[in-house]
Amino acid sequence: MSDDLLGTFKAILSEEFGVPEDDITKDATFEALGLDSLDVVELTLVLEEKTGVKLEDEELEDVRSVGDAIAKVEEKQG
Amino acid sequence: MLLDGKRLLITGVLDPRSIAFFVAKVAQEQGAEIVLTGFGRGMRLTQRAADRLPETPDILELDVTQPEHLTAVAAQLDERWGRLDGVLHAIGFAPASCLGGGFLDAPWEDVATALHVSTYSYAALGRSLADLLAVDGGSIVGLDFDAQIAWPGYDWMGVAKAGLESANRYLARDLGPRGIRVNLVAAGPLHTMAARSIDGFGDFESVWQERAPLGWDLRDPEPVARTVCALLSDWMPAVTGEIVHVDGGVHAVGAGVPDDVVTPAED
Repeated sequence: MSDDLLGTFKAILSEEFGVPEDDITKDATFEALGLDSLDVVELTLVLEEKTGVKLEDEELEDVRSVGDAIAKVEEKQG
Repeated sequence: MLLDGKRLLITGVLDPRSIAFFVAKVAQEQGAEIVLTGFGRGMRLTQRAADRLPETPDILELDVTQPEHLTAVAAQLDERWGRLDGVLHAIGFAPASCLGGGFLDAPWEDVATALHVSTYSYAALGRSLADLLAVDGGSIVGLDFDAQIAWPGYDWMGVAKAGLESANRYLARDLGPRGIRVNLVAAGPLHTMAARSIDGFGDFESVWQERAPLGWDLRDPEPVARTVCALLSDWMPAVTGEIVHVDGGVHAVGAGVPDDVVTPAED
């Protein structure tokens, strides 16, 4: 799993959503980080802007943690 | 262009998959000047969606359950444009208890919220913008989901939509004499955030796949957006109180499209 992507997530979640950087680990769920469903949709938009990877809505349904999301982005990046 | 010089208010752009987002996009492509509205926690998301439109429009805050918000939006549009040519009402909400099989259990307070946001707000928005829409004749368009029959999981939102269909007729009656047309677009199911919140949405999908004579793409809101823009344009001047079904034809047929339809032989 890419450390670069974890860095990207840390940057986005701390800068855009005000999540304390130390709380952001691969195992942390979005729920635990205080993100609700609107935030998660917003996160996908920011991710698309920063990484060029577009996640479809049904791909998000089983995404619970930062690690899950990183795996999805990596899968998409091929 | 279809909407050259039109000044439109578009509500309901929550994210780039929203039907209203596509309406905003097509409207701009067709020459309209638009302003969006956003609401509460969703404002940030609306801003991000707005940034993806051909031109980034301004966003006004509008909670349709707050009369002072409605008054303020009308005042801001008056100051900006002095008139309004059209508005899209793309607003609906029901608490979780009202959807997904809770029809017999939903408490009145939750049902009241669903009706307030999804039904009453249509009339409230029309009323608050009527003076601006009457300046040069205007068009109000709302988003509907065919409410003539009961759907799986749609429950009190279905009742709210049935009310919306009736409110559409009354609003058309009362605003027609001022040159304002009032119509709904009953869309087939689309993969939006609103749809994702409905348990049983998948059941709709199979109905459309089996029954739409024209076929139906759950991922393409553009046919709905184009129809909304047609209703906002000058090209449907004598149409009001109408419900236009943009659903691939599902509302018109009672069963699946037969496999053995005979295609006339070409000469």
